[in-house]
Amino acid sequence: MTYLAKPKFRHPALVPNKLGFTHRDYEGSISTLCAGCGHDSISAALIQACYELDIEPHRVAKLSGIGCSSKTPDYLLGQSHGFNSVHGRMPSVLTGANLANKDLIYLGVSGDGDSASIGLGQFVHCVRRAMNMVYICENNGVYGLTKGQFSATADQGSKSKAGGTNNDAPIDLVGLALLAGATFVARSFSGDKHQLVPLIKAAIAHKGSAVIDVISPCVAFNNHPGSTKSFDFVREHNEAVNSLDFIEAREEITVKYEPGSVEEVKQHDGSILRLHKLHGDYDPRDRVKAMNYLQERHAAGEIVTGLLYLDPEPRDLHAALNTVDVPLNSLGTRELCPGAKVLEGINDDYR
Amino acid sequence: MSIDMVEGRAGNPAGARPGMKPTDIDNPDYFHKVVDCQWACPAHTPVPEYIRLIAAGRYSDAYMVNWESNVFPGILGRTCDRPCEPACRRGRVEDQPVAICRLKRVAADNKDDIRHRLPKVPAQKNGKRVALIGAGPASLTVARDLLPLGYRVVLYDQDPQAGGMMRTQIPKFRLPERVLDEEVDYILGLEPDLRMGNGIASMKALLAENYDAIFVGCGAPRGRNLELPGREEAAANIHIGIDWLASVSFGHTTKIGKRVIVLGGGNTAMDCCRTSRRLGGDDVRVVVRSGFEEMKASPWEKEDSMREGIPIHNFLVPKAFTNKAGKLTGMTFEKVKAEYDAKGRRNLVPSGEPDVHMECDDVLVAVGQENAFPWIETDIGIEFDKWHMPKIDEKTMGSTHPKIFFGGDSAFGPKNIIWAVAHGHEAAISIDRLCKGEIVAAPRPPLVNLLSQKMGIHEWSYDNDIALDKRYKVPHLPNEVALKDVRAEVELGFDRELGYAETQRCLNCDVQTVFNKQLCIECDACVDICPLDCITFTANGDEKELRTRLTAPAKNTTQDLYVSDILKTGRVMVKDEDLCLHCSLCAERCPTGAWDMQKFLLEPAQAGHSCRSR
Repeated sequence: MTYLAKPKFRHPALVPNKLGFTHRDYEGSISTLCAGCGHDSISAALIQACYELDIEPHRVAKLSGIGCSSKTPDYLLGQSHGFNSVHGRMPSVLTGANLANKDLIYLGVSGDGDSASIGLGQFVHCVRRAMNMVYICENNGVYGLTKGQFSATADQGSKSKAGGTNNDAPIDLVGLALLAGATFVARSFSGDKHQLVPLIKAAIAHKGSAVIDVISPCVAFNNHPGSTKSFDFVREHNEAVNSLDFIEAREEITVKYEPGSVEEVKQHDGSILRLHKLHGDYDPRDRVKAMNYLQERHAAGEIVTGLLYLDPEPRDLHAALNTVDVPLNSLGTRELCPGAKVLEGINDDYR
Repeated sequence: MSIDMVEGRAGNPAGARPGMKPTDIDNPDYFHKVVDCQWACPAHTPVPEYIRLIAAGRYSDAYMVNWESNVFPGILGRTCDRPCEPACRRGRVEDQPVAICRLKRVAADNKDDIRHRLPKVPAQKNGKRVALIGAGPASLTVARDLLPLGYRVVLYDQDPQAGGMMRTQIPKFRLPERVLDEEVDYILGLEPDLRMGNGIASMKALLAENYDAIFVGCGAPRGRNLELPGREEAAANIHIGIDWLASVSFGHTTKIGKRVIVLGGGNTAMDCCRTSRRLGGDDVRVVVRSGFEEMKASPWEKEDSMREGIPIHNFLVPKAFTNKAGKLTGMTFEKVKAEYDAKGRRNLVPSGEPDVHMECDDVLVAVGQENAFPWIETDIGIEFDKWHMPKIDEKTMGSTHPKIFFGGDSAFGPKNIIWAVAHGHEAAISIDRLCKGEIVAAPRPPLVNLLSQKMGIHEWSYDNDIALDKRYKVPHLPNEVALKDVRAEVELGFDRELGYAETQRCLNCDVQTVFNKQLCIECDACVDICPLDCITFTANGDEKELRTRLTAPAKNTTQDLYVSDILKTGRVMVKDEDLCLHCSLCAERCPTGAWDMQKFLLEPAQAGHSCRSR
């Protein structure tokens, strides 16, 4: 954290994207989180992903609840829409916003307290309704704002900074997301932008419910020996099932790979996810196997990361509700009050 | 697996190739190079150090930092060739460097009486006698360095007053006499034995006087002539630039014709044309063989001349002086153009256009200066090269005669004052070592201090906020006033307010980013916050390849990469020093103190001091 605003000077060799912006144009106000917070790295990854995808900042809505993680939308995309909602209630606000204007990119930013404790029900229901969104949980396993109590995602047997042992079973947000029917599920680590940035890009391109659980060490309260969310522990136990290249629809594919080492999955919008297999025959399109595999590796003490599950043909809430093609907030009085004659016709349908 | 994962996508597993060695920050040169201005300064003046003192209103302290290093802060603050400014990091971050030279003047203009802070001359002398030939900046520097150590110093000069070219060649409208006198007097106050108006006729005779050492600092006193048709006939109105400037300086010349042609593209030419404008020249023009960009004059001197209504004509080669019955009428020039051969060398070739004739009343020839040592006998042990220049050791300033040293323009030809000062310091060390029976050529390590500037979580003992201000312009006298008086100082200098505003543009490059590998947890916080994308954690590689895959490409190969030892994940930290703002954000964001901001203060060695500090 710093009291100084980040100086406006920038590297003259930065390459602007198609909109003429450099990554610096996607920054927000200066972070007030603790120095070294994993959340700031996730913010930087979001900035990089939006820059690389040539996203117009005003096309993004950032929504969050309460907590360290939920402060972070202020620190990125300063030109985007933002809503800092009530604790654990971000999914409802996001749902409402998405219903009103389905044309925006919805970025839900939450934490383990906001999503796995007070907002657990909201999280699950938002996911099962197939909201078109990117839901990022900045997961540090600890209540940092209240000085370091175990959160609901802390592993059983892990130690607090004060020395206490966590007796409660952890909530696995990735497992819950799979159970609830998310069509894009990934886990990553704030300390590995090479993995995280392509996952965020793929999630933004995904037209359905995309959940990314990002382990994000809390340097103030959960980065000690005995923690399972520390930089050292995560680096030692990180088992990535794949690494991902996100290829936009318009890019030309030139590189050739060994057969069997790479799998390419085409998404609905034409973008291609190129998965480099790092772990046996892990198939991110098999949901049941994915759930089994995650349970198995968790029991073995490993943290499985990468793109864990993907349905390349997702449906979203608007498709299920059969809403009109244009955003609802663009409808005028004429469309919303079509007159007595249309009402009569509707009523006739029920007779 | 977990380690490879970090760099997995890049396909550069750590340790796969040897790559760069960790940077040795114990070598004083490493951080010295980061302080671009100080590194570029021949005298290695600690520029950011005195700029901070000016910002704090401590003008006398700022002046003394300068005085100890470059001896003539008030003079240099007006006349320096400023090698520091093109080097200034600010000029790479935005358009214009910090106005370092003019800030030096702010310190000189606003200081209190500093005479009590000058070194004292010991009553007990050390018994050694040193002769200095020429009383210009090089010799005066030697005198200043040696007199406080107890040497008896004898200063010879052909002119009646000390100062050398600073007095004879630099016009008073650029350097007022009181400023020159003040700083020359600080040295004369150390009581050298003055032999003014006393040119040396024979080195052999001087050697016979049994001095323990002799220093030659007599400048490059001979202005180059231009032998062209008509030179003899019209000689009365054709003047050699530096001689004419000296004549103006001493008051012998007080006017010039209405139409003046100045030949040459260097700073002497600029002084000649501007002086002419003040002595009655209405139509003063500079004519140069080369193009405008290749002219030797400093950009600001060209700018100042043009501001005074002096046009610069380029690509014209002098062909003949024209006269009517022995009275100069003008000059003929051949038009040329620049052509570049396969090796990129420039040749001036006739453009084929008709010759140009310009009418004038006087011509000033400022096409170069030469060294001349007619008074040095060829059989006394001083070797000269084929250009008739003495063979000088660049480190010790010694000639091939063990007791005779050279410095300033007489050593390597015309340079500028700050080089003369630097030579003087080195020669003084050599003379001191010679007289003490020490090894003259032994290394001369600087005094180096590296100290954390951390005062609190967000507090540093320097102002780390980065001002976005553009370079401030120095106010000038209006032309109608300035051109009436050859002694009226034309540059007014920054006042305190403007000076303060300009100090805020300094990036404090001497406050170094120091990385401690043991403390780093590789959280990326520094990478994310760095406004100039200087920092990268990546697999090691050889420098050329590494430079291509940093957060921002490191294309300026004159600036070093700061590389750590191998970290826990097998990667290294690489910082490109090129555009670092020294804003401290990496250190503020670092949760473990692996980054710290430490002030690097380097004082070059000076005579007599084995270890100094302010």
